[in-house]
Amino acid sequence: MTLPIRLDEDGAAAPPRENGELAFSAPWESRLFGLTMALVEAGRLDWEAFRGRLIGAIAAWEETARDEEWNYWQRWQEAFEDSLGAAGLVATPEIDRLTGQLAARPHGHDHPHGHDHHHEHPTENDE
Amino acid sequence: MTADHQHGNDSPATRTEALEALLVKKGLVQSAAVDALVERYEQDIGPLRGARVVAEAWTDPAFRARLLEDGMPAIRELGFGDNTDAHVARLVVKENTDSVHNLVVCTLCSCYPWAVLGLPPAWYKSPAYRARAVREPRRLLAELGLDLSPDVEVRVWDSSAEVRYMVLPQRPRGTDGLGVEELTGLVTRDSMIGVEQL
Repeated sequence: MTLPIRLDEDGAAAPPRENGELAFSAPWESRLFGLTMALVEAGRLDWEAFRGRLIGAIAAWEETARDEEWNYWQRWQEAFEDSLGAAGLVATPEIDRLTGQLAARPHGHDHPHGHDHHHEHPTENDE
Repeated sequence: MTADHQHGNDSPATRTEALEALLVKKGLVQSAAVDALVERYEQDIGPLRGARVVAEAWTDPAFRARLLEDGMPAIRELGFGDNTDAHVARLVVKENTDSVHNLVVCTLCSCYPWAVLGLPPAWYKSPAYRARAVREPRRLLAELGLDLSPDVEVRVWDSSAEVRYMVLPQRPRGTDGLGVEELTGLVTRDSMIGVEQL
């Protein structure tokens, strides 16, 4: 997608982006965001319903898990999984199972190295 | 247990990888489309848009009036406000003056004017900012380096599903001779959230 108006990448018009702070601190966070927005834009997930679940996940964390370090994107992930389940797109047991398989890979394989453009995504066994 | 530290068996990164694999396998998303979408939000859409809007408002009183009247149509005049925020009904722009300082927050989650500011910074989403912006905005601003005179009224705007807010900061002194491009370069993201003055 291209912008209707080209703005300078650097020079006088650029500083607001440069002095901003990254919205994502780890690749999985931007990946999660991208997956969510892709489904929203495709009309497969309702944004308002998702937002309602995000509010709920944040509120639940704030009421309970004080010993855990705050991570916004983990709350987002909970809300996303709830939304996928509610929409009948992906069920939590499927996610649990594949996560377990991926986590069982040899040491070093579950560290995302920046981008995964050329990353072969494993799928569930025997299907 | 062995001495081996736990290797993130259920780490959010691994879980996200599983989510993507499942969604791709089911034909619900394509990884390349997700790449493009993330790139669009990270690179094409950012506070630079908001900065441009502010610079236009500083230099064009008629545009400023339209912007304050109804934000979304005004930013569309500049070619912004594509489908990024299509689910947001309204963009409301609040103007700082000598006597009023505006601050934007989303107390419930992280609603933010994506169309003009891109994605919110981490601190905007933190429980501390979300709570304190409403409870003790003046003290919060002071801690962030913005000491407001007691004469200045602080107005806090809590974003919602229907309405997103953006602050129109005051034009810095000594910038009379500058054009839109140069002025755009002076506008920071934080000033459009209201935690900074220019």
